[in-house]
Amino acid sequence: MAVTNQLGIDPDKYKWGFHDPEKYVYKSRKGLDREIVEMISSMKDEPEWMRAYRLHSLEHFQQRPLPTWGANLAQIDFNDIYYYLKPTEKKQRSWDEVPENIKNTFEKLGIPEAERKFLAGAGAQYESESVYHNLKEEWEKLGVIFLDTDSALREHPDIVREYFGTVVPPEDNKLASLNSAVWSGGSFVYVPEGVHVDIPLQAYFRINAQNMGQFERTLIICEPGSYVHYVEGCTAPIYTTDSLHSAVVEIIVKEGARCRYTTIQNWSTNTYNLVTKRAVAYRDATMEWVDGNLGSKLTMKYPSVFMVEPGAKAEILSVAFAGRGQHQDPGGKVIHAAPHTQSVVVSKSIAKDGGRAGYRGLVKIYPGAKGSKSAVRCDALILDDRSRSDTYPTMEIDEQDVSITHEATVSKVSDEQLFYLMSRGIKGDEAMNMIVRGFVEPIVKELPLEYAVELNRLIALEMEGSVG
Amino acid sequence: MADLEIRDLTVQVEEKVILKGANLTLNKGEVHALMGPNGSGKSTLANVLMGNPTYQVVKGEVLYKGQDLLAMSPDERARRGLFIAFQYPVSIPGVTMSSFLRTAVSARRGFDKELMPVGEFQKLLKQKLDELRIEPAIVSRYVNEGFSGGEKKRLEILQMAMLEPEIAIMDETDSGLDIDSVKVVADGVNRMLAQAKGNLGILLITHYSRILHFIKPSYVHVMFDGRFVVSGGPDLAEELEQSGYEGIKAQFEVIAAEVQAEGAVRRAGKVFWVAH
Repeated sequence: MAVTNQLGIDPDKYKWGFHDPEKYVYKSRKGLDREIVEMISSMKDEPEWMRAYRLHSLEHFQQRPLPTWGANLAQIDFNDIYYYLKPTEKKQRSWDEVPENIKNTFEKLGIPEAERKFLAGAGAQYESESVYHNLKEEWEKLGVIFLDTDSALREHPDIVREYFGTVVPPEDNKLASLNSAVWSGGSFVYVPEGVHVDIPLQAYFRINAQNMGQFERTLIICEPGSYVHYVEGCTAPIYTTDSLHSAVVEIIVKEGARCRYTTIQNWSTNTYNLVTKRAVAYRDATMEWVDGNLGSKLTMKYPSVFMVEPGAKAEILSVAFAGRGQHQDPGGKVIHAAPHTQSVVVSKSIAKDGGRAGYRGLVKIYPGAKGSKSAVRCDALILDDRSRSDTYPTMEIDEQDVSITHEATVSKVSDEQLFYLMSRGIKGDEAMNMIVRGFVEPIVKELPLEYAVELNRLIALEMEGSVG
Repeated sequence: MADLEIRDLTVQVEEKVILKGANLTLNKGEVHALMGPNGSGKSTLANVLMGNPTYQVVKGEVLYKGQDLLAMSPDERARRGLFIAFQYPVSIPGVTMSSFLRTAVSARRGFDKELMPVGEFQKLLKQKLDELRIEPAIVSRYVNEGFSGGEKKRLEILQMAMLEPEIAIMDETDSGLDIDSVKVVADGVNRMLAQAKGNLGILLITHYSRILHFIKPSYVHVMFDGRFVVSGGPDLAEELEQSGYEGIKAQFEVIAAEVQAEGAVRRAGKVFWVAH
């Protein structure tokens, strides 16, 4: 589709020379090759090092085989994907084209009208934009930088360059190299030394286009003694016709700083959600991942924390819900590479209607990481006989002086529990809901309130028709 | 029409028949004590009345205010005013006692989509906690999780007080409680009986006559091997206390013959009778 810009120039004929990034028009085509990657970088008017980085990543992506240790990824056709769409092309869908079940879910979740259209890809009105600008001014006074990553690369190239790809290098895995080659959007957060950001970032303006891309790239840097809570996603179903979401999140938590990263995602059930999330925690720093996974066809996501200096702490809390035709393969990795480091991993998974959910995790303790502690707990709740739970815990412990605990439970909703609740007048479906809500409560109580409320409502929706 | 009428109720668990034709009529305003040795079928009766799916009714019927109780789901029974205080309440991790109570009371009071207003609920909860001398902090904990035996039993009574049933089954609520706790529970039940002004009937299942010193039954029934064998007034409980279940059992055939001949039985000047 040729779009004429304000100057009356057909950008298809002029695409290499036009430098206003907001007005760029890019001739989309499916597939991935050098030309596409060059085009993405050029469209974004990126510095040379990023262009080279992308190309290097592409090479690696092309050479690297698909991982086979986990879920089956063979059905993904990497050539049948648009790797970059200009913003105007993304907003082609009309509200009438949005499937009824998605609309119903918005209705039931009580998502505001403006957000519904946005979430369905049928509109882009930012109701909360003014709120965002006020907050942004306050942060700027503190020296906090909060931008989409493309803007950050333009406005703060030195900081981006210093940290980009240092936590998740492009060679890390095939999907990370894909993201490194074609990334677009995502968030960049820089918190200066000693600054505590009181309000969770993003919670107040979650409908921000650039943050919900297909290959978004997020980079968070917490300088010593700082604190930030970043929240991504929302519980409303993200309706997309994209079949692949592959993000990379890199976080650097310096001495004595604390970062919490909360994700609640509810992808439409045709999506492969393959995300690499990793943090490095320095001396006495704390990194917390809170990760809720609903929706998607397949989710593979293992937030990791490398504790590289003494006293670093990691906490990974995850909840996954797999319904019909869904496979949730979440987990977490904690790497103890220094003495007196501590980690807690809590995973809760629910499988229903033939869904498959589980836990895949790694606890690695390097020699010399004396006095380190790790506690892993993974609980699976299976709601019927057709559903399945798998647990793959891996432990590599190369130090004697450590304390490691691992607990795993797989349970079914017991008839005794249902009967107990029903004997108090509570209907069967609500009783089932209560039990499931109770099961995920340890995670939900860690969420910001509005997310907790929505997640509970969403679970109730997922649970509809579970009993008789 | 009786409020609760059990007729020839025969029940099995898996392949084993536990109740073998039980009959009982109970009305609001009455307290029926049901006694019997372990394994006689008391708890089975309680669970079947509430609709526990583990138990299968083979034969017989139960009418609740003239309607077929066995055709109703457990939640419907509860909403219509039936209650059971469980012998072994299960825990529900992650669900706080207060949210559970609010959901339950709302259901019982006919709130369909919405829950009962929180202020009204809190007021009711506080009143009942005070009356039962229960530490309020406990309702912030998860349902029965990590509760002591005594706490569980008291919380069952709290639920009963909150739900204001018309017919309540108390399944060995006294067992495992020390004497002070038994008194507190009994006081609570007596208060409910008084407040209900004849609108509460209780089937009080107990292994020991101890609690009957505090809650005066209108009738006492004894169950052996899945059947009601002896019924009587409060004196029967004392008789049992003296002779024990074995004593009653030994006399059972004699008693049955006497009833056959005279319609009633007299022991030490007091009357009790065999009704079954």
